[in-house]
Amino acid sequence: MKIHEFQAKELLKKFGVPIQDGIAIKDMNDFDSAISNLQSRGLNQFVVKSQIHAGGRGKGKLFNPNNHDELVLEGGVKFTTSAEKAKEYASKMLGNLLVTHQTGADGKIVKTLFIAEGLDYIKELYLGILLDRSVSKNVIMAATEGGVEIEKVAEETPEKILKEWIEPSVGLQNYQARKLAFGLGLEGAAFKSFIPFIMKLYKAYEETDASLLEINPLIITNDDRVVALDAKMNFDDNALYRHPDIYAYRDLDEEDPLEIEASKYNLNYIKLDGNVGCMVNGAGLAMATMDIIKLAGGEPANFLDVGGGANKETVANGFKIILADPNVKAILINIFGGIVRCDRVAQGVIDAVKEINVSVPIVVRLEGTNAELAKEMLENSGLNFEVARSLQEAAKKVTSVLDTVAV
Amino acid sequence: MSILLDKKTRVVVQGITGIEGSYHTGQMIEYGTNVVAGVTPGKGGQKFEGTKVPIYNTVAEAVKVVKANASVIFVPPSFAADAILEAANAGIKLIVCITEGIPARDMISVYNSLKGKGVTLIGPNCPGLISPGKAKIGIMPGFIHREGKVGVVSRSGTLTYEAVKQLSDLKIGQSTCVGIGGDPVIGSQFVDIIRLFNNDPNTDGIVMIGEIGGSAEEEAAAFIKKNVLKPVVGFIAGRTAPPGRRMGHAGAIISGGKGTAAEKMAAMKKSGIYVVESPAEIGITMKKALDKIKSKKKVKVVSKKKKAVKKVVLKKKSKKK
Repeated sequence: MKIHEFQAKELLKKFGVPIQDGIAIKDMNDFDSAISNLQSRGLNQFVVKSQIHAGGRGKGKLFNPNNHDELVLEGGVKFTTSAEKAKEYASKMLGNLLVTHQTGADGKIVKTLFIAEGLDYIKELYLGILLDRSVSKNVIMAATEGGVEIEKVAEETPEKILKEWIEPSVGLQNYQARKLAFGLGLEGAAFKSFIPFIMKLYKAYEETDASLLEINPLIITNDDRVVALDAKMNFDDNALYRHPDIYAYRDLDEEDPLEIEASKYNLNYIKLDGNVGCMVNGAGLAMATMDIIKLAGGEPANFLDVGGGANKETVANGFKIILADPNVKAILINIFGGIVRCDRVAQGVIDAVKEINVSVPIVVRLEGTNAELAKEMLENSGLNFEVARSLQEAAKKVTSVLDTVAV
Repeated sequence: MSILLDKKTRVVVQGITGIEGSYHTGQMIEYGTNVVAGVTPGKGGQKFEGTKVPIYNTVAEAVKVVKANASVIFVPPSFAADAILEAANAGIKLIVCITEGIPARDMISVYNSLKGKGVTLIGPNCPGLISPGKAKIGIMPGFIHREGKVGVVSRSGTLTYEAVKQLSDLKIGQSTCVGIGGDPVIGSQFVDIIRLFNNDPNTDGIVMIGEIGGSAEEEAAAFIKKNVLKPVVGFIAGRTAPPGRRMGHAGAIISGGKGTAAEKMAAMKKSGIYVVESPAEIGITMKKALDKIKSKKKVKVVSKKKKAVKKVVLKKKSKKK
């Protein structure tokens, strides 16, 4: 699960990690009180930050959501010393469409702003914590090149990225923190404040079951403080049951409405841009089926794993979700019935098609227990199925179906 | 022969009284697996569903009383890490964890504490393993398998069944099929299983089925290039998956351009693996690879002289280049 910057900072603050502070607003009516709150703390420079679940906000562009050609503002993160200017920026961000290199051309509507303190700093660094799967340990990565430069560093000079692997039985050690601080070239007060910073940050990562914690940039202020200027946190979905407070940060506005709908039916659905919908049991087979669609000359319209029990309800719900996407021109159902019997799946498919008016051609491939019987049932159902036994045959039928659709 | 598991393996089922656990215990016994005990804390003293299989409160009892030496875990995700550690500390050397949804933090601790203790952990979030005709520990449908000499190792469930079915339909049997699981932290990697297949005199070929994400396939490719002479057929699922998206398995996520299908397939091809573009061609490709070896062997047997002549001819050819 992903959360917003302001939420991540809220969490980090609880762990005592120094952050760039601010106030989140969802409505321009709350802007004045947010600014006066910051001013009352003696702050006189501000940063207005768009809150969306995608990176590259600073270099992004804001457009009118009703007219994607109308550029409203360059930059989804703006610094200013004037409260009036901050208000102008805020009004140009809130409710408009932010397009960054990570959002794709469709962009994301900005529904929340983080009005933050503007800090003067002498250095921008990079810090990231995540699982290194090759050794099954968490790793802290740090680099002297913070901000947007880190992608360049990772690509061109990956050896410049410092890494410390954490032994799970003992946790992050002080010598590792020192090693990172020395590696980053920190001295004096900055060095001293970095050590507790990274210890607390790692504690926050571990105790919240985060799967990614990225501080980019981490700044050294003019007065030698170490502060998280930005914060990005992702969480392990398997561990959310331990963190109802974090789960409450889930923002449905950031998710695809069809994917939300699918999750209500316990279906694992991801919308893609293609023309052939698919319904499969098992994630690996689902991906392989998408690959087959591509090889057959189509483009997968989705990933959909219906899990173990492919009965009438799951299949019917699957059809509803797939057909809600207007791009779908054909559907491929690929179920490997191991424990679940193919004749039962076939009955489910037949019932579901009768119940829902499926207007596009359907290729069905059922393999496993009672596959022969299932094939007969589908062929004698009086419905318009293209029935295949092998994966190879299914691919050929998808190709021929696409040919007819194209004509 | 087979790897890790045969008819003699003495299996204890952790979570034997749960819905999943009891159903699959029945299936395993039916297949011929030597299930010697079950464990459900608080239900010790009972027998499993009309059988003689005793249920104990702890794995340690099952090891002590009925000499269990392998365990399969069906307990819910929040108890699974504890169940793995219990089995390991009771002296079980093969632990198969079927449970899906274990937090990564728990698995990081478990994985690192088991390291160096001689325990083989398969999974979690996996279908388990089967030595066809002998025994199965897991949830895979037994009937699609066929006894034989090809080893199968895979990160996925139903896609493995697909590959196995293709092999069996071509009358290519399997020595052992291992589903290593799709989670970010798993007990055994491709390399661990491929090493066992490579050392097994009764495994003639290996099928490996990977997925996008991580670098386990690349590591396996490097190992194969260095150590494996048996033919290896490989497939990577997820060529069409968009970057940065999670596709069901936590493992199947590509971030920052790393672990893409294209990268993995390139690394595997470089290592001499027969990489198939289509998942429908796994079986047939293995058949061709095995046939190739057979014909080579025949040449060897028929005449060593002929082969020597051939070599000379080949050398000449290569000189011309």
